[in-house]
Amino acid sequence: MTATATPLPRAGLAPRSNRTRLLWLGAMLALLVLCCALSVAIGTRDVGLDDIAGALRGRADSIGQAAVAARIPRTLLAALAGAALGVSGAIMQGVTRNPLADPGILGVNMGASLAVAVAVAFFGIGSAQAYIWVAIAGAGATAVLVYAIGSLGRGGPTPLKLALAGVAISVAFVSLVLAVMLSHGNVAGGLQSWQVGGVGGATFARMAHVLPFLAAGFAIGLGCARKLNSLALGDDMAAGLGERVALARGLASLGAILLCGATTAICGPIAFVGLMVPHLCRLLAGVDHRWLLPFSALAGACLLIVSDIAGRLIARPSELDVGIVTAFIGAPFFIWIVRRARVREL
Amino acid sequence: MSAVDAIATGRLRRARRRGAVIGGALALLAAAFALTLMLGQSFVPPGTVLRVLAGGDVPGASFTVGQLRLPRAVLSVLAGLSFGLGGAAFQIMLRNPLASPDIIGISRGASAAAVFAIVVMGLDGPMVSVLAVAAGLGVALLIHGLSHRGGVAGTRLILVGIGVSAMLDSVIAYTLSRAPSWDLDQAMRWLTGSVNGAQPAQALPLLVSLAVFGGLLVSRARDLESLRLGDDTAAALGTNVALTRVLVILAAVGLIAVATAITGPVAFVAFLSGPIAARILGPNGSVLVPAGLVGAALVLGGDYIGQFLLPARFPVGVVTGALGAPYLIWLIVRVNRAGGSL
Repeated sequence: MTATATPLPRAGLAPRSNRTRLLWLGAMLALLVLCCALSVAIGTRDVGLDDIAGALRGRADSIGQAAVAARIPRTLLAALAGAALGVSGAIMQGVTRNPLADPGILGVNMGASLAVAVAVAFFGIGSAQAYIWVAIAGAGATAVLVYAIGSLGRGGPTPLKLALAGVAISVAFVSLVLAVMLSHGNVAGGLQSWQVGGVGGATFARMAHVLPFLAAGFAIGLGCARKLNSLALGDDMAAGLGERVALARGLASLGAILLCGATTAICGPIAFVGLMVPHLCRLLAGVDHRWLLPFSALAGACLLIVSDIAGRLIARPSELDVGIVTAFIGAPFFIWIVRRARVREL
Repeated sequence: MSAVDAIATGRLRRARRRGAVIGGALALLAAAFALTLMLGQSFVPPGTVLRVLAGGDVPGASFTVGQLRLPRAVLSVLAGLSFGLGGAAFQIMLRNPLASPDIIGISRGASAAAVFAIVVMGLDGPMVSVLAVAAGLGVALLIHGLSHRGGVAGTRLILVGIGVSAMLDSVIAYTLSRAPSWDLDQAMRWLTGSVNGAQPAQALPLLVSLAVFGGLLVSRARDLESLRLGDDTAAALGTNVALTRVLVILAAVGLIAVATAITGPVAFVAFLSGPIAARILGPNGSVLVPAGLVGAALVLGGDYIGQFLLPARFPVGVVTGALGAPYLIWLIVRVNRAGGSL
């Protein structure tokens, strides 16, 4: 009877490695808490510890306390948006099996942005709830379009074709967004917020609208982790394992689109977070999506908060939108991935 | 008829066809130029336009045509010529229609330098052009260096260029955010390109750059064409490959950068001109000059459409950007269908 006591070795998922991953996950959680604390404490205005403590108890008597009170929702929004973009990028890289996939690079965020701009300018849509639906619809349509263009012809969706399709769509959509804004000077948010994403001006009320969508996106995404693992083996192998490939792909994409569409609806288009975060997390968590997705969520939140802090410090006394900072960090990372990959893989 | 005669007649036919295409394009461009001077918010009859051009003083028309429409049309043509020539030179040299300066980031480099020089350093005039050219060359070197790993692969070069463009975009956005007042017109110029507020004096640097860099490029057209056949074949045909490449990069970046410093990176003109010209011209010699003419027509026509044919007034870059993106998609689709690798 002792023979059954020997557990089968599980390839790639040894207990020790799981414990290491849990430790890393804990470390990243601690890092996230630290980032949040820094984000509340550091900003354009220097504030004392008593102001921070006062603001955390809900007081806004002094200017310092008011500044800190404005930083709290902003930090929360940065964390949520970063987590959503990180998970969204990880899912897109899994679904397309493409190291260069990112909601920004593939033009999906720009599609959401254009949809919102058109809805506001031509259909007079103003409620925050409607914004989100429109943004998600725009993101979904753009994702389908880019993937269709990129996967035409022999060789299927290679990273180069997808990236080029994304760039082409982005340029066209930027032109259209500009056209919409120029002909409708009253479009809310002005020029910048539909082109470069930012988390300034966040309020709890606006975030409340988007929370259900983000929650649904996270749930679908995490629920698809096992399907993404099968898809990573290739379509034939996944089908052989009993996976319904088209369904798995569609469901996972839905999760990714919910996440990046909802994020774009309140922050504007933020690129490169979804590209960088999964690549970095694979170094810690490996390729198993059941670990990769939570790691990407935490790391994305950390990255966006740190970028936001950097944006506040670099351009003192004004501030820099977080989308500018992430593009500046993310583009060299993109080049690094391109350089590392062999040409045939591109 | 001997083989020599057949070759001679073929050559003559190609030369005639080429002459006809270039002549036709020139005539069309001249007609479009004349039309943009006459049409607008108000119609100015051709006789009056000619009187204004001859230096006569006509109440009303002198201002509309001489101060508003003429500088704008001249600037459009010159910038379009520069973009078309420079873009086609890159596409021929790198043997890839996607390797145009506005996709691989060279226009963005010039644009970022120009924005920085104007907004932060407070410069204007020729110094801006010089800085833009230097930055364009720097970006060209950077992209070449970064995509060099045991030989430059076209694929990697394009992807590295996309990354560099994204980074330069954020530099432009950062610089604009530091500008004293967020001027929409100024911002539009550096984001998509525009010929709004054209000044006659701005034509001078463009003319000089077209004479120097454009002349250099056209004089090298034959060597450039031989590069199309591959470096080894070009060398066997007697072309100094390394020298040609250096001169062509210098000239093309110069053209693009000077034009960008004045009009901003007019979206996709450098990318569209070469392929359109090649389609019209067919296999009848170098595509360079026709590409320049197509570029001029694109900017001139795009600016007219943006000003008068749409419900609101748009800068030319918005129009060419909206036109160019479907073409890029069509290019991807067509190349994919043919089974080629981009």
